[in-house]
Amino acid sequence: MARHVVASLGEIAPGDCKIVTVQGREIGVFNVGGEHFALINRCPHEGAPLCRGVLVGLAESDRPGQFRLVRQGEMLRCPWHGWEFDIRTGQSWCDPDSVRARSYAVTVEPGETLAKGPFVAETVPVSVEREYVVVEV
Amino acid sequence: MNVTVMDRAPEVSTQSQLGFVDCDVHPYVKSGADLDPFLSERWRKHRQMIGGRARQALSNSPQYFRLSPGTGMRRDAWPPGGGHPGSDLDFMREQVLDKFGVTHGMMLPLIGRCSDERNVEFGAALCTAVNDWQAHVWSDPEPRLKGSVQVTAEYPEAAIAEIERRAGDRRFSQVMIPPRGLEPLGRRRYWPILEAAAANGFPIALHLGGTSGHASTGGGWPSFYHEEHHSYVQSMEALVTSLVIEGVFERIPNLRVVLVEGGFAWMPSLCWRLDKHWKRLREEVPHLKRLPSEYVRENIWVTTQPIEEPERPEDLLQTFEWIGWDRIMFSTDYPHWDQDDPRFAIKVPLPEEFRRKLFRDNAMSLYGLA
Repeated sequence: MARHVVASLGEIAPGDCKIVTVQGREIGVFNVGGEHFALINRCPHEGAPLCRGVLVGLAESDRPGQFRLVRQGEMLRCPWHGWEFDIRTGQSWCDPDSVRARSYAVTVEPGETLAKGPFVAETVPVSVEREYVVVEV
Repeated sequence: MNVTVMDRAPEVSTQSQLGFVDCDVHPYVKSGADLDPFLSERWRKHRQMIGGRARQALSNSPQYFRLSPGTGMRRDAWPPGGGHPGSDLDFMREQVLDKFGVTHGMMLPLIGRCSDERNVEFGAALCTAVNDWQAHVWSDPEPRLKGSVQVTAEYPEAAIAEIERRAGDRRFSQVMIPPRGLEPLGRRRYWPILEAAAANGFPIALHLGGTSGHASTGGGWPSFYHEEHHSYVQSMEALVTSLVIEGVFERIPNLRVVLVEGGFAWMPSLCWRLDKHWKRLREEVPHLKRLPSEYVRENIWVTTQPIEEPERPEDLLQTFEWIGWDRIMFSTDYPHWDQDDPRFAIKVPLPEEFRRKLFRDNAMSLYGLA
């Protein structure tokens, strides 16, 4: 496992996603209401570029005629077949126990800490004054 | 939502050597005006002033909301240079033709609603225009793409003339008719069109679609797209039943029919039921000399998308086995939201011989491709 600096804090706006390549695999780094999450850019169903999907809420219902929309912006809907994945865990809504998209731990760290290493900053130059989004792969 | 991409590594297909025939690709226009160069002045004015009239209320709206923009397109299929998904040849090459090593792509245009047009003379002009558009805008610059001859089933003389006009033109591989028409396709009034297709060496492709004005299910209009999507199966079952029981394959034994976008796993159970009833009701249909399933096995081909996904993926193999290894062809349905990826859609290992047939040989043989 290594820590990779993938963006400076503020670079990814709330509701947006930045797709980065880390150790040969594409990973989508999301900002959901100020929290950052990272999922592999590959749907476990048929291999679609998952992170090009839309962040949506979860429509729930206890019985026909009743519904509520919860967890706004926390479900990622695949751009192909619409399967929904929990942005926090990568679990699919349709089969959470056995179908999930790989998720990665994300932290926000000050440049000062990162300067001490060890970390990998492939394309994001780090300065000690700023904060950075770091993904562990 | 904005998506920024950094360091996107080139995608290398793991099966780019496969070399497969994609039996369902949809080219689109950027706008209806793209057809104008292929319309006479009269019909160009008609298109601009009056436009199309399908057999449904709100003529130009889709029947169901399909959850993604552009009436159900793959969200990553919008060309970077603008335009509708499927309207940019280079982007189609990048996402399908080159990516998967497609040797031939069967184009099934769903534009202009030419086959459904209530003004059949305008419909016939639109069919000719869409056919010229396929040839000049797609097949000429990209010969891997093969056209489907559009016809209006409700104007047989024009349909037959159009089939004869395209006969022998290698840019066209089949004749396309929407399965949802005014009457089931096996009815006698459609026979001259089917005969013309067979006589000119074209299979008939029945790709889901058509605005007949009838409810899309036998039980009435469904509420949800979820139900509507399943009704594709009912449409295909009704067509197969009509073609077989009306005696079309007795009358035109060399007619070859391709079912596109209706799935296939229903075929065995439909045929079991038709065979059962043939034994009991044969006197009503003495023109049928054989079990209904025998006509199906001989005259009908199926394409895979939208593929069934049984909870035990290996169950698909039995279904393939019943339908016949030589009667199934892979289709992506690019750029629609429910399209299938040839690398991952079938979640069970296939015997190598069948794999070749499914992805390549069956289509090569059916369409006489080289």
